[in-house]
Amino acid sequence: MLGKLTLSQIPYTNPIIMGAFGFMILAVVALFALITFLHKWKWLWYEWLTSVDHKKIGVMYIIVALVMGLRGFADVVMMRSQLALSFGSSQGYLPPEHYDQVFSAHGVIMIFFMAMPFLIGLINIAVPLQIGARDVAFPFMNSVSFWLFVVGVILVNLSLAIGEFAQTGWVAYPPLSELNYSPGVGVDYYIWSLEIAGVGTLLTGINFFVTIIRMRAPGMKLMQMPVFTWAALCTMVLIIAAFPILTVVLALLSLDRYLGMHFFTNTLGGNAMMYVNLFWAWGHPEVYILVLPAFGIFSEVIATFTGKRLFGYTSMIYATVVITVLSFLVWLHHFFTMGSGADVNAFFSLTTMVIAIPTGVKIFNWLFTIYRGRLRFTTPVLWTLAFMVTFTIGGMSGVMLSLPGADYVLHNSQFLIAHFHNTIIGGTVFGAFAGFAYWFPKAYGFKLNEKLGKRAFWCWFVGFYLTFVPLYILGFMGMTRRVNHYDNPTWHPLLIVAAAGVFLTLIGILLQVTQVVVSFLQRKQNLDLTGDPWDGRTLEWSTSSPPPSYNFATIPVVTGRDAFWEMKHNGAVNHRPTEYRSIHMPKNTGAGVFIGLFNLALGFALIWHIWWLAILGLLGIVVTLILRTSSDNIHYYVPAEDVARIENERAERLAR
Amino acid sequence: MSNEHIAGAAPGTLRTYLVGFVLSVVLTAVPFALVMTSALSQTAILVTILVFAVVQIVIHLIFFLHLNGSSEGRWNVIAFAYTVVVLAVVVGASIWIMYHLNYNMVAH
Repeated sequence: MLGKLTLSQIPYTNPIIMGAFGFMILAVVALFALITFLHKWKWLWYEWLTSVDHKKIGVMYIIVALVMGLRGFADVVMMRSQLALSFGSSQGYLPPEHYDQVFSAHGVIMIFFMAMPFLIGLINIAVPLQIGARDVAFPFMNSVSFWLFVVGVILVNLSLAIGEFAQTGWVAYPPLSELNYSPGVGVDYYIWSLEIAGVGTLLTGINFFVTIIRMRAPGMKLMQMPVFTWAALCTMVLIIAAFPILTVVLALLSLDRYLGMHFFTNTLGGNAMMYVNLFWAWGHPEVYILVLPAFGIFSEVIATFTGKRLFGYTSMIYATVVITVLSFLVWLHHFFTMGSGADVNAFFSLTTMVIAIPTGVKIFNWLFTIYRGRLRFTTPVLWTLAFMVTFTIGGMSGVMLSLPGADYVLHNSQFLIAHFHNTIIGGTVFGAFAGFAYWFPKAYGFKLNEKLGKRAFWCWFVGFYLTFVPLYILGFMGMTRRVNHYDNPTWHPLLIVAAAGVFLTLIGILLQVTQVVVSFLQRKQNLDLTGDPWDGRTLEWSTSSPPPSYNFATIPVVTGRDAFWEMKHNGAVNHRPTEYRSIHMPKNTGAGVFIGLFNLALGFALIWHIWWLAILGLLGIVVTLILRTSSDNIHYYVPAEDVARIENERAERLAR
Repeated sequence: MSNEHIAGAAPGTLRTYLVGFVLSVVLTAVPFALVMTSALSQTAILVTILVFAVVQIVIHLIFFLHLNGSSEGRWNVIAFAYTVVVLAVVVGASIWIMYHLNYNMVAH
């Protein structure tokens, strides 16, 4: 009846897991109690969960991403404290099988359930506004994407208490991830959470690609799009081309595990090296999926806060496009040591080094934009400057790793860990925080507290270097990744420094949480009435904060780059039409939530081999989709009077 | 939404879908039969599977996703070209890599 699921699968004897899970349950119960107490269930359902509004979906993405970021950071605290403790005769408090789950979960969560959704959330909020559209091309599909992502999140969190998570590292290489060596459900949790969330990501890719190509405001040519939109477009191209590879490779692994096939096993013609090859054919474009939107955010931030046009817009776009194409030609550098020989390694080494050139172009473009500008040192700018330093260091250690000779020494060492955290934290995470502070007033209508934001930044910045510079050194000293215990006395002091760095970063995170709470409590003092708090340049700042559901009462006409800046200087802002028209908008729908729920049932059932539930889940998805696609009642009109009322209220607020 | 439907590639007819379906079935059945009956040498079978698989991708693109060079949409052509490039890179380079791995990692 319940497949492999029995009571003994719940690790209730492990105090750490039970403590963490108890805390999670407590948080969820408290949240539900609060919603019930405030009578907000209806509001939550009609205004948020069933919403197809890109701004609300973006906000929900970011909320989930932040929560998962905290979960992933809890893993960091566990790993770093374990390594500070478990020297010599002390074994620390995490046995290997638990430690292995922690670092696997950390990688999966941070990449799939923190970094990507954070950026997709920002793209959701900003891109349709930047191109002067009223919503995305497929609003319902956007909701489905979000809920599929949430299913992945829920599955990963369930693995904490029901069963186990993968002990394979976030890449889940076979033969370790095959049934022989990982007989538990950990790898199955890994496979299905990524399969389901991955399909959601692919749908997002298609959705925003079509949105950007088809729904730009009249007059906006491709080479007049804001840089963030360009970055988003290239990201979507990468998603569309790369994510199917991940879907297929995980499907093949699941065939091995479920149906006894031999794609990646050691026997009967299977080849584990093919998994590694295909995984990274997705995996390398993935790192650019993570960093291109961040590049876009920094471009917007720098141009806005220097009050100048971005230097070298055209070269910036070409650099982005070149990176998009090159990112498909470098994946072998993740497995130089697998032994494909000098010719192959040399080719991929060269393509890897070449990618540093367009990235360097970008760095210089940002520097020249700052040159002779009047840079305002706001929180987003601090994150951007920190990015430029940190990412450059990470990029240079990457060029070192791109040399196969050096890679043979540094592969799988702490040097590699330091390198990719240097680029992913320094690039993606700093970018996400910059974008968060930058677009926060647009999404919520009030600004974040600057003082707390800056303090959080400095804790993060110093904490980051304190954590990862020791890891570079440890890499040279021969410390490999994924160890939970060591005997070498020279490593110990450096690992204590790294743990101290994590502690400082933790203070930074606590300050960020405080910042959001304090800003919310003081929101009356920080209201953004104009919709343009930073003296912005692009169209998202031309509408109110937060924007009305239809974004723009009249669709703006674009004649050049930095469309809103141009309007401000031509005096074309706040021109109000004499009459408003009713606006055609998509209706909210619960279908996305239901598809998510059925997918959750399907995923959980597949993990535990509960076949009847899997069939029910699959049927539910198909039936919901058919019902939804055969419904004609999916649009409505915002009446002209309502539009006029909303716009007049805004004009009054502006006049005050 | 205010954006009206913009004409892209022509939607398929029942005939094009059927042709695409039959071609896909044939392109799947032939390699399957070859493997089951071992009618050709192993190398020949592998090459046939690979060629038929690539052809089938193109068939899907043309008959189910309506991508073609004559379509008025410039984007269709660009998307098509990009698909071909990525296909060539991922399939071609994977074979190249796996060939070298096999050569180097198997004892001679």
